[in-house]
Amino acid sequence: MPKLSYLKALNRALSDELERDSAVFVLGEDIRAAASNVTAGLHARFGDDRVLDTPLSEQAFTNFATGAALMGMRPVIEFQIPSLLFLVFEQIANQAHKFSLMTGGQCKVPVTYVVPGSGSRTGWAGQHSDHPYSLFAHVGVKTVVPATPADAYGLLVTAIRDDDPVVFFAPAPALGVREDVDFAALAPVPLGVGRVARAGDDVTVVALGHLLHDALAVADELAGRISVEVFDPRTVYPLDVAGLVASVQKTGRLVVIDDSNRTSGFAAEVLAVVAENCTLTAPPHRVTRPNGAVLPFALALDRAVQPGRDQLLAALLEMS
Amino acid sequence: MTDLYRTVRLIRRFEERAIEFVRSGEIVGGIHPYVGQEGIAAGVCAALGPDDVITSTHRGHGHVLARGANPARMLAELMGRESGLNKGRGGSMHAADFSLGILGANAIVGAAGSIATGAAWAARQQGRDTVAATFFGDGAMNEGMLLEAFNLAALWQVPVVFVCENNGYATTMPVASAIAGSITDRARAFGIPAFTVDGQDPEKVLEATSTAVARARAGKGPTFLECVTYRFDAHHTFEHRTRLSYRSTEEITTGRSRCPVEIQGARLTAADRAAVDAEVESLLEAAAGIALGSAHPDPAAALSYLYAGEI
Repeated sequence: MPKLSYLKALNRALSDELERDSAVFVLGEDIRAAASNVTAGLHARFGDDRVLDTPLSEQAFTNFATGAALMGMRPVIEFQIPSLLFLVFEQIANQAHKFSLMTGGQCKVPVTYVVPGSGSRTGWAGQHSDHPYSLFAHVGVKTVVPATPADAYGLLVTAIRDDDPVVFFAPAPALGVREDVDFAALAPVPLGVGRVARAGDDVTVVALGHLLHDALAVADELAGRISVEVFDPRTVYPLDVAGLVASVQKTGRLVVIDDSNRTSGFAAEVLAVVAENCTLTAPPHRVTRPNGAVLPFALALDRAVQPGRDQLLAALLEMS
Repeated sequence: MTDLYRTVRLIRRFEERAIEFVRSGEIVGGIHPYVGQEGIAAGVCAALGPDDVITSTHRGHGHVLARGANPARMLAELMGRESGLNKGRGGSMHAADFSLGILGANAIVGAAGSIATGAAWAARQQGRDTVAATFFGDGAMNEGMLLEAFNLAALWQVPVVFVCENNGYATTMPVASAIAGSITDRARAFGIPAFTVDGQDPEKVLEATSTAVARARAGKGPTFLECVTYRFDAHHTFEHRTRLSYRSTEEITTGRSRCPVEIQGARLTAADRAAVDAEVESLLEAAAGIALGSAHPDPAAALSYLYAGEI
């Protein structure tokens, strides 16, 4: 079977949706030149009106997309830098997200916000290395963090077709992930449906995005000693509560590895949901960025505040 | 002529009744009265066609009524009733009627300009002849995203008319203390033709907007209108209780001396004017009855419409 990279999966999903639906268009910074590679080839194929290069006016072009969506278009915005989401948090959380309720359901705002290269890119320091998916979940914006190329394809297609705003995080360390895929089998992946990436009996590890690959590697390393089940929620909001609960009810133990800051982060929500629904046989454990972390520049410091395999391994060994 | 008078009179009397309903407790949370600024909404909306769209502001009742929204459903919205324009989910600051191209009133003052720009751009992509008119106040001229919107609209020649209602104050802050340079020069810096218009005269506003709309439809891009006006009443009805002192009595008296309802009313015969007044009174009397008789939403449905479908 051919190999598909995560980055190429994003490009393929955009290309397929631009082809399928004339209401879809892509806008963002440097997307005609495809600085991030996500939009490679799209401008030549679909032209100026479907692939719109914007000035560095993030707040205005995010609202611009909302206005276009109110008229029936399906804009996809690419943000090159995750921290730009802080700049447009008002435009997503307070504008796009609220139109449906505030108008009594008179309109829809089907905008997709794609962040290729979220989280640490290694060496890009404090203002280019955030991973703020928990913020969007908190305000109720649909949010996905796919781990694999097939899921990246399927969730991007679904996000574009969804009638609500969806924030799509493509973690920087996952962009190079490749897998064997049957291109004919690539299909939309529903929002709010997780997946057991590896079955096990002793403990459930919940892992999202690039950390899924770390979790699977650790599970392999522990094979024969601890039987680890790895659950990938894929969607941060709405969370697949049923899938999560089913897994933890089976194993009775929970470790969450999450690239959010600890306080009020995604891992905290997973622990709360499990506490409300399951009886655990050991206290749960979180492997996260520290409270209120700002990613420092120096490589060793950058790595020191990110959750990783060693911490996950230690947490699992301590629990067993 | 009569239509413009009917519109300014309707807005004035609607607002006066709404203020009474705030006092009586039928409207919770208060309103930002549009009293004194009616000539702008009336003139701008009279220049628009059926396929055009508008965005409005926190001080938006006038825009929505001038665009043709049903006064009973508008009043019901202010009262938070199920029969309101937004089924009671939006209230005074968020009235919308998509069937009339009213893409919503926005409570973040600089936000709607870029939404309107996107809407007008999208309509052009769809082959429609739509022009967007977007209302905002002088205060919004200091929110960066609005200035960003001017740039996008000028760059892409988007058919949008930027309507700045300069009523002299951003809540309590006078324009002179808030805006460096001039309002129209800010638009001109982006290559957008900008004009200062007497916002108290609905006919002057209509004339200026008609030119701007024709220009937009001809593919020549955005126009900026600074409509100079005066807010006769409070920034928000909470001021009726707190009595903030930021405007002198003399200034208020002078400001109120140029009333759009009187300016336009003077162009009608006494008999025609009386007939319109009676028509407006009966319309609003009926609207009040309908709104007051409408059901309150069911608290069990508090988060209906949060998403386009079930999640």
